[in-house]
Order: sequence, then structure tokens, then C-alpha cells
Amino acid sequence: MLIDFLFELRARKVPVSTHEWMALMEAMAMGLHESSLDGFYRLARTLCVKDIALYDAYDEAFLAYFKDIYPEALKLTEQLLEWLNDPKAFDALTAEQRKALEGLDLEKLRELFAQRLKEQKERHDGGNRWVGTGGTSPFGTGGKNPNAMRVGGGGGRSAMAVADERRFKEYRRDVVLDVRQIDVALRGLRKLGREGAIEELDLDETIDKTCKNAGEIEVVFRPPRRNRVKVLLLMDVGGSMDPHSELMSRLFTAASRSGRFAKFRSYYFHNCVYNAVYEDAEFRRPVQVTDLLQHSDRDEKLVLVGDALMHPAELLDPGGSMYLYAQARASGHEWLRRLAAHFRSAAWFNPEPERFWPGTTIEVIASVFAMYPLTLDGLSHGVRYLVRGGQRPQVGDPSKWVKMAGGIR
Amino acid sequence: MSEAFDQFQGTASYIASEELKHAVNVAVALARPLLVRGEPGTGKTLLAENLALALGMPLIRWHVKSTTKARDGLYVYDTVARLHDSRFGDQVDVRDIAKYIKLGPLGEALAAPSRVVLLIDEIDKADLEFPNDLLHELDAMKFRIDETGKEIAAVERPVVIITSNNEKELPDAFLRRCVFHYIQFPNRELMAEIVRVHHPDITDKVLDNALEVFFGLRATPKLRKKPSTSELVDWILALKKAGVDLARVSGGIPFLGTLLKTEQDVELVGKRAKA
Repeated sequence: MLIDFLFELRARKVPVSTHEWMALMEAMAMGLHESSLDGFYRLARTLCVKDIALYDAYDEAFLAYFKDIYPEALKLTEQLLEWLNDPKAFDALTAEQRKALEGLDLEKLRELFAQRLKEQKERHDGGNRWVGTGGTSPFGTGGKNPNAMRVGGGGGRSAMAVADERRFKEYRRDVVLDVRQIDVALRGLRKLGREGAIEELDLDETIDKTCKNAGEIEVVFRPPRRNRVKVLLLMDVGGSMDPHSELMSRLFTAASRSGRFAKFRSYYFHNCVYNAVYEDAEFRRPVQVTDLLQHSDRDEKLVLVGDALMHPAELLDPGGSMYLYAQARASGHEWLRRLAAHFRSAAWFNPEPERFWPGTTIEVIASVFAMYPLTLDGLSHGVRYLVRGGQRPQVGDPSKWVKMAGGIR
Repeated sequence: MSEAFDQFQGTASYIASEELKHAVNVAVALARPLLVRGEPGTGKTLLAENLALALGMPLIRWHVKSTTKARDGLYVYDTVARLHDSRFGDQVDVRDIAKYIKLGPLGEALAAPSRVVLLIDEIDKADLEFPNDLLHELDAMKFRIDETGKEIAAVERPVVIITSNNEKELPDAFLRRCVFHYIQFPNRELMAEIVRVHHPDITDKVLDNALEVFFGLRATPKLRKKPSTSELVDWILALKKAGVDLARVSGGIPFLGTLLKTEQDVELVGKRAKA
């Protein structure tokens, strides 16, 4: 009967497998959910959700599936059992009912009642009318005593209340990025190779050599494995990038961590790359892009970060740079294409939310560089693209820009 | 409900939240590994120690490092020692391979005569493929020593606690087999309880002041590394040792270095204090 809950979870991209679902069923058969919704909430989460980033989606699914069960209705059980413990409440019953009840002692009654409640829970998921319908139950007209039945809110933290709070919202994968998370995502950006000082014992080779040497031990050493990936990072700063500055500094902190890459260089640009990039964020120490390309190996990974939002003229017109002294003879678009042509793999990470991409200059730049959103998901996809290549994500339709700008030069 | 459920209720020196107790008990009942994640300093490793204490089982630890291989956990075949013995050993029978096989922590846990608690600490430190290499052994709870052909199978499935700092994504196939729990950072009430366990003689006033400062620090935006539970406990110890009364100190937090570990953070907090 819970199978819909499984699909509710899967619909929210919580990857619950059959394996895990069977484990949940097994656990429930063992009574590990403590026969309560709270217990079920914890049990199902602990068995089916293996990532804090998915806890929020789980809460959502839980709310959607159990929305008809009011936390108040759950308290009903307790209230009713209490009421049964209190003989005064019997006064409200009719004479026949009392007669019907006489045959049962309190313990037995409670047992029967609890059992009946359980059965009813399984039949109606409305759940708020557990007692009252069907005249055959000895508790049938229980509802006649509104005082004893009054249901109090608050108190205790029910699963619904917990799920409703959605405490795990901030852990969602598509929202936050802290240095550590970026760190983890960047870890994928590696290509191990043996380089450097020979300091690691190569056991297999030692045995091999020793055998060939007729048992005379010959020890063989080899260099340890190191990351050989080289990264060139270009960052857009200032202007429309200001709201993203905190995120940028986190990305930079993670990427520049020592020993991460075999070679790591970073430069700044404003809006779009023209003929120069800068060593500092104040744009005082320029480096000509032509020089940069000359000193960059083709197998370096080029990573650009920026919102790629600008006036179309700034991107498409020759000399479109806002800085007059730049005297750019080629358009920003052209410079970007030169960069893209030089490096074997390059990617652009964009802090702007993806829904704002269509219909902007982002579309044009995405036709030059593989563009990924600067979220945890986007970062890990981008890193995979940088290492293994593959299909570039499609963003909008850049062809309409060709008409608008009178042809992209 | 099986009577064995609810075995773990925390110990005198370890305060566990309801959710954590439940997760531990589910893992014990289902005999599946429990994967514990959470911020550093939330007591992931201590959990295994205290679980072993509460269940009265021996604890076997396996501290995973970046160079750890899954096979090392099962057993190590000391080829170099055998080679050495074959050349220089006096009256050693090098034909007996079993002498050169040393069981690793996981191997030991499976070979143990009774149920044990096995802690696989910081599984994410190892190579990405590491958890995958353990899948079969954790599922079947048995393995074969190839060199001798001997099979080692657990008499009783050990209680396996695995901790991870979220540094790496763990493979799905591995996650499927685990019971998962994320230790949330304790709220103020739970934290007060935890501190009391470590410093039973602390007065309400001192505790209140300390927690005020501590949670104030944690709430500071843009902090690179938020102070954790263990750091709070250390800090209170430092305060006690030095006989500092927090209520009387004005301007700056004493022993800030025990709470904040990067100079940027210290600077940031200093700036905010002045403002």
C-alpha cells in the first residue's frame, strides 16, 4: 500500500532502489517503525535516502503522500486510550453500549480498541475518522463525547511537523556551494600519472626482477602517482558579477589549494575577454591574450567563470570593450573563439540561474564554450566534460543572434 | 517488535539524539552497515566506541587513509618477509604461506568468534573505488584468502559503523546497502547536555555564557570553519584551567584559538567585535 510513496519519492528524484525498498519492508515487518508515523518517517529516511542533499526532497514527498493524515489525528489514539482509562467518560455512552462493554475488562478493551484502530488506519488514509462510523464497534459513538475527544495541537514533534519544517532545505544540491563542496567537485578534475622523485617501492617489479636475477634481491622504486591536470582559470569580476563575489572567492579558494593541480594560473577579466586579461582584480597588470596563449599548453584545461551577460554590442562589435584604451580590433566574441580554439578542453561556469539564460548573450557564448551553471551539479558535469569530453549542453538558439548582429564575425 | 531492538540508548558519556539512536538500532536489527555522515566534530567516531561499550562487544577499528586499499582490510600477504626468510631465515618453513598472511581489521572482525563492532573510519579518505571493492565482503560477510584457499566467514554478522566527512561522493551500489544517518549539529539544549557530560562540575551560569559565545560565533556569516562540539569542550576546559570567568571578560573572546582555526576567521571575528 505504500508503493505510491515509493513513486512519490522517485518522482522527486530520490533514487530509491528496489533493494532499499525491500529493506524497508523487511524492517517494517520486524516492527522497526515502532508502529508510528514518526518511526516510519525516520526508518524510511534512514534506509532509502543516502544523501543529505535529498532530505528536503524526501520531506516534500513525505508531506505530499501523508498530507491527509493530520498530526492531530495521530494524537487521537493517545487521547482515546486515555479516555478509556477514565471511567467517567463512559457516562456519555448509551445504556446499550455500556451493556455491550460490560463483557470486556479494561485491558481487553484497550487491546481490542488498539487493534481496531490499526485496522482502520489501514483502510482509510483520511485517518481523521477512525472512530465513529460503523455501528458494530463497541466504541462506535465515541464521538458523542466532544470534551473527552478534544484534540490538542502542539506538543511533541510529529513526523509531519518535522517534515513540514523542511530543515534540510539548505542542503539541497542545486542551491548551495561552499568551499568544501567545490573542493569535492574539483577532485574529479584529475589525471593521475607517475612523475617526480622515485620514492615508492614497486613490489611487483621487485619480485619480477628478483626472480629473473635467480633470487638475488633487486629492489625497484618508482615515482608516486600525482595529478597531472593543468588549469587556467579566467574570472569575470566587477559590475554584474558583484552579487556573486562570495561564490567566486569560494571557487577560487578551492581551486587554488596547493598541490591540487600540476599547474594552476588564474586571471581576471571584466564582462568579456578582449585583447588582455589581468593578473589583479583591479585591472592594473594586464597580460596580452596572445602572450597568454603562447605560454599555455594546449592540454591545459581552460575554465572561465562569469555571468556572460552584457550588451550584445559589447560581445559582437569589434572594439566593443568598455575600455577605450583597450583598442581592441577584434570583437569579444572573436577573442573567445581564439581561446576556445587554442585549448583542447574548456568550460564556462555561470553563476546566473539557468532559467535566465535564454534570450541573452549567454546563448552566444554557450555556442563557443560548453556552459554549465555554477551549482554542485553543474560543476560536476562540467568537470566530467573537461576530463572526458562528450556532448556540450545546448543553450537556446544562438542562430537568431547572427541575424540580429548582422552576422557574427 | 523484536526484543533485541532498542539496544542502543547512548551511554553515560555519549549523548545521542533520538534519530541517531533509532538509526543505530535499525542498523543493528537489520545487520546492515550504518553509514554516518555529518560535520566534523559531531562525534561520528565516538559513536562506534560507545556503541561497542553499550552492546558489550569488542571494537575493531579501521582508520582509512588515502593510500588504504580494500584488500588491506581483509588480509596482507607479506611477500617481502617470506622472500627474506627464504634466503636468510633459520629453520623457517617458508612453504607455510599462512604464516605470512596477516588479517586486516575487516578480516579480524569476520574471523572473530563472537559479534563485534567494526568501525570503518573516514571511508571517503580512500580512493573513489574503495567502497565498491568492499561490497561483496560487507554483503556476504565472508571472504577467501586466495593464497591459502581458506575461507573466513563471520559467525555472527558484525555491527559495522562507517563514517564519512562528505569529501567524496560514495558509489550508489555501496549506499544502497547501508543504513544512512546524517548527524545534525546539536541544538542548544542537546549541546548543554553534551557539555555537562564532559564537564559535570560546570555551573549553569558559566555554561550559559559559554554557549552564548559559541553559538554566536557559529552564527557569524562567512566563517570558513565553524567551531564544532569537540572544540567547544576543549575551549571550556581551557577556560576552567586558566580560571577565566567569561562573565567578567570584556573585549574579545579568551582562547579564541581553540575555537577558530584559520587566521581569516580570527580576523573576521575581531573586526565584527570592534564594529
